[in-house]
Amino acid sequence: MSSTEKIAAVTTTTQPSPPAVAPRGRNAPRVAPYVFLAPAMLFFVVFLLLPIGYAVWLSLRATRIEGGSILGRRVERFVGLENYAASLSDPDLYDALGRMLVYGCIVVPVMLGLALLFALLLDTPAIRLRSFSRIAIFLPYAVPGVIASLLWGFLYLPGVSPIRAAFEAVGLPAPNFFTPDSIFFSVSNIAIWGGVGFNMIVLYTSLRSLPTELYDSARIDGCNETQIALRIKIPLLTPALVMTAIFSLIATLQVFSEPQTLTPLTNVISSSWMPLMKVYRDAFVTNDIYSAAATSVVLAAATLVVSLGVLTFLQNRAFGEDR
Amino acid sequence: MSASQIVVPPAARPGDETSARPPAPRAAATRTHWVATVVLLLGAVYCLLPVLWVVIATTKGPTELFTTFSFRPSFNGGFTGNISDLLAFGDGDFWRWGANTLLYAGVGSVLSVAISAAAGYALAKYRFRGRETLFRLILAGVLVPQITLAIPQYLLLAKLGLVGSYWSVLLPSIISPYGIYLCRIYAAAAVPDEMLEAGRIDGAGEAKLFRFVGLPPMLPGLVTVLLLQFIAIWNNFLLPFIMLSDNSKYPMTVGLYSLLNQGASQPSLYTLVIAGSMLSILPLIALFLLLQRFWNMDMLSGGLKG
Repeated sequence: MSSTEKIAAVTTTTQPSPPAVAPRGRNAPRVAPYVFLAPAMLFFVVFLLLPIGYAVWLSLRATRIEGGSILGRRVERFVGLENYAASLSDPDLYDALGRMLVYGCIVVPVMLGLALLFALLLDTPAIRLRSFSRIAIFLPYAVPGVIASLLWGFLYLPGVSPIRAAFEAVGLPAPNFFTPDSIFFSVSNIAIWGGVGFNMIVLYTSLRSLPTELYDSARIDGCNETQIALRIKIPLLTPALVMTAIFSLIATLQVFSEPQTLTPLTNVISSSWMPLMKVYRDAFVTNDIYSAAATSVVLAAATLVVSLGVLTFLQNRAFGEDR
Repeated sequence: MSASQIVVPPAARPGDETSARPPAPRAAATRTHWVATVVLLLGAVYCLLPVLWVVIATTKGPTELFTTFSFRPSFNGGFTGNISDLLAFGDGDFWRWGANTLLYAGVGSVLSVAISAAAGYALAKYRFRGRETLFRLILAGVLVPQITLAIPQYLLLAKLGLVGSYWSVLLPSIISPYGIYLCRIYAAAAVPDEMLEAGRIDGAGEAKLFRFVGLPPMLPGLVTVLLLQFIAIWNNFLLPFIMLSDNSKYPMTVGLYSLLNQGASQPSLYTLVIAGSMLSILPLIALFLLLQRFWNMDMLSGGLKG
């Protein structure tokens, strides 16, 4: 008997007795959840965990020229936390973070304030054209950030802007949307325009799920609609407000498409105007992927810390009595 | 969710009750309602004007755009001229960008919903080792913005030699921790445990149970996740922007951005950018209006309680 025949014999002898078909009812649920989760976890690991791990690894490395400055060859080697030190001492990063803070302080309160106002108004009894307004305000959500920025970019652009033309027509000085200061409002306006409807719908849906008997008894007690909104609806909306606040915050931390799209139209937006734009510049314009990796690790970690922190803080404030 | 809206007696719904009200409070109420109506209409005008503007601006030829008030439509053949210029641009690039967008957002969102539904169902309906850890991991994934991941994803895919291919945009778009999270909430609320138990006693396999007992009640929620993911992919600019260098693989957003970029030195291209923006958002807006009754926002706002 040759060895291959032996193996064949072994396999054929073991083959006919497969493990008895598992009694499905009891045993299958132990394996099934892992099978259902497998594709998601595969993608989660490959496109989320691995990139983060690889970025962390790259952020600890750099190319150095070894063996003389002219004849030396570029080698990649471990440099410890040097990239992080360089990234965190780069004034460009702090300037960008500062601009992001200004932008966030405009976008988040204005967008959520308007969304809350519109949601409460939609929930007021007997208003006209309710569904028209609701759909119209929600509509910009279907317009991607880049295209929203293109539209608004032209509405701002001198020579094309109908807003400037309207000001001039009535004899007022035309507003300049592209000055170092006004650009914050111009960019914020694009984000508010695109985001207010989505947040309004989330808040409005929560309002609709509240029991209407509460309002009836409040009305009997003599409350007007404003008092009902302020004293009953807003407190009950807190969980939905927390959620919209978190999402708006995350969106603020990753602002990229709006200012990037405006760059061909104006030169007041520098290539490192926002933190992600700086990472992009480092990685693809100056080709320093190692420091870009360090900065994106810092940004991702900061995002996680900020959103977890805000979530815990707001949840403790909002649901403190429940726990 | 929708059931709670049905069980509310009709008299308790806003709007119907005004007829039962005594006249004095009703008059007072009508006054405030007009304020509410006008404020909402102002919001609607703010949201619609840019869309209206882009439709009007498309009627203007390259010279008119800078010389005439851009909110007044022109009828000098600018509209058809712009559209045909756009469609002919670069050997039909615009069509290709549209098809690519459909590929990335359409295929990507369908695959994303498929894997999210299976994962969410497993997390909601089974008790198994590692369940809590996996769920926390996915929650952390919700809080890490996908955009911050784009550059690390680029670095990794560059190492694997996939950068520049359709895969480099499609594959990273498929994973959506938020989609998994929503599917878990929805499966927990909509799929009855008793039906699953009954199915098991009857000897149905787990795959069959998922297909015939788990999926049907999850469908309305899955449509919402599909729409959210479609819009998320269609919105994601940074990922295709860094992954692709070949014009013919661009999605619409990157394509129009590259046109605008060339327009900085050739302002005649601006009319193409405007026509392109209009043509690319109109189908999406139409789709959005058609599908708007499928939006199930209850599950979004219920998110924190789940």
